Amino acid sequence: MAETTTVDHSADVYEPSLTPDSLGKLGMWLFLISDAMSFGALLAAYGAIRAGAAEWVPPSEVLGIELTAFMTFLLICSSVTMVKALEAIQNGNQSRMCTFLGLTILGGVIFLGLQAYEWTHLIKHGLTLTTIPHHGLSGAEISGSVLFGPTFYTITGFHGAHVTGGVIYLTVILIQGLRGNYTAEYNHRVEILGLYWHFVDLIWIMVFTFMYLL
Amino acid sequence: MEHAHKEHPKYMRIFWILLVLTILEVLVALPFLKQMLGQVVTAILLIGMACSKALYVALYFMHLKFEQRTLIVIALTPFIICVFLVLMLLPDLMASARHEGTTAQSQVVDTSH
Repeated sequence: MAETTTVDHSADVYEPSLTPDSLGKLGMWLFLISDAMSFGALLAAYGAIRAGAAEWVPPSEVLGIELTAFMTFLLICSSVTMVKALEAIQNGNQSRMCTFLGLTILGGVIFLGLQAYEWTHLIKHGLTLTTIPHHGLSGAEISGSVLFGPTFYTITGFHGAHVTGGVIYLTVILIQGLRGNYTAEYNHRVEILGLYWHFVDLIWIMVFTFMYLL
Repeated sequence: MEHAHKEHPKYMRIFWILLVLTILEVLVALPFLKQMLGQVVTAILLIGMACSKALYVALYFMHLKFEQRTLIVIALTPFIICVFLVLMLLPDLMASARHEGTTAQSQVVDTSH
């Protein structure tokens, strides 16, 4: 009798062991924290370069804030459609999940299209890895901000690569969903996909603030 | 645990919070407001709003609020390490600020040639 009480007590203290579902989720979380460190290191390096430069061009004079504000809005919307897709399959509604996964993909693709448009526009106007647009800037600002282009393209490019990966990941899960692989009982892969997609959204929130607004 | 997942938070409410914070961020970053508030206040406001947006995404969209404590601790590690990263960079940054960029500028001119 006394032994049973001890066992019950230990069950309270220790968390349940890993199941195949929770193992997958833990794996994704571990990947995401290492990825968060990559972005953290990139943003810290950007901050150090910018703070160490004699002069730095205000980002709003080179970059278009309106377009990227819309891109931020777009990613937030696609995060909402992602949680709606998960909610749908947890309630056993396969076609609703596929619709919302499709909308999430659409959000990701439009985001990538806008980023491609933004990059093309910026390159045309002289923001490259070695140059910065000259109009309206003082000589000190131009010579101080030689690293504006490299830091901008590295960080937004690294994020864009994550969005590209996310769109492919979403498409794979959508195809499996269309085949009817997921049900109200079996959907942990959709949840794990959601973790990745929301993380990409979270990183963009940080990138938008640090690279465009500050 | 599985049943706790089925109780979904109000996602649309989170969406509106994120949208309003984004609009506020863009407004605070407007050049004339930036000048009025000063660099430090703008930076604190912007970073504060960005962090609260990130927190909302992690807690509700990524369901961190409804997870076991171990996972929350795991998710917190990169943020703690990032704080250390910034703290480690600070002495260098303050040193270069003290030089008022004279060395930084000459270095930049050297590399551009």
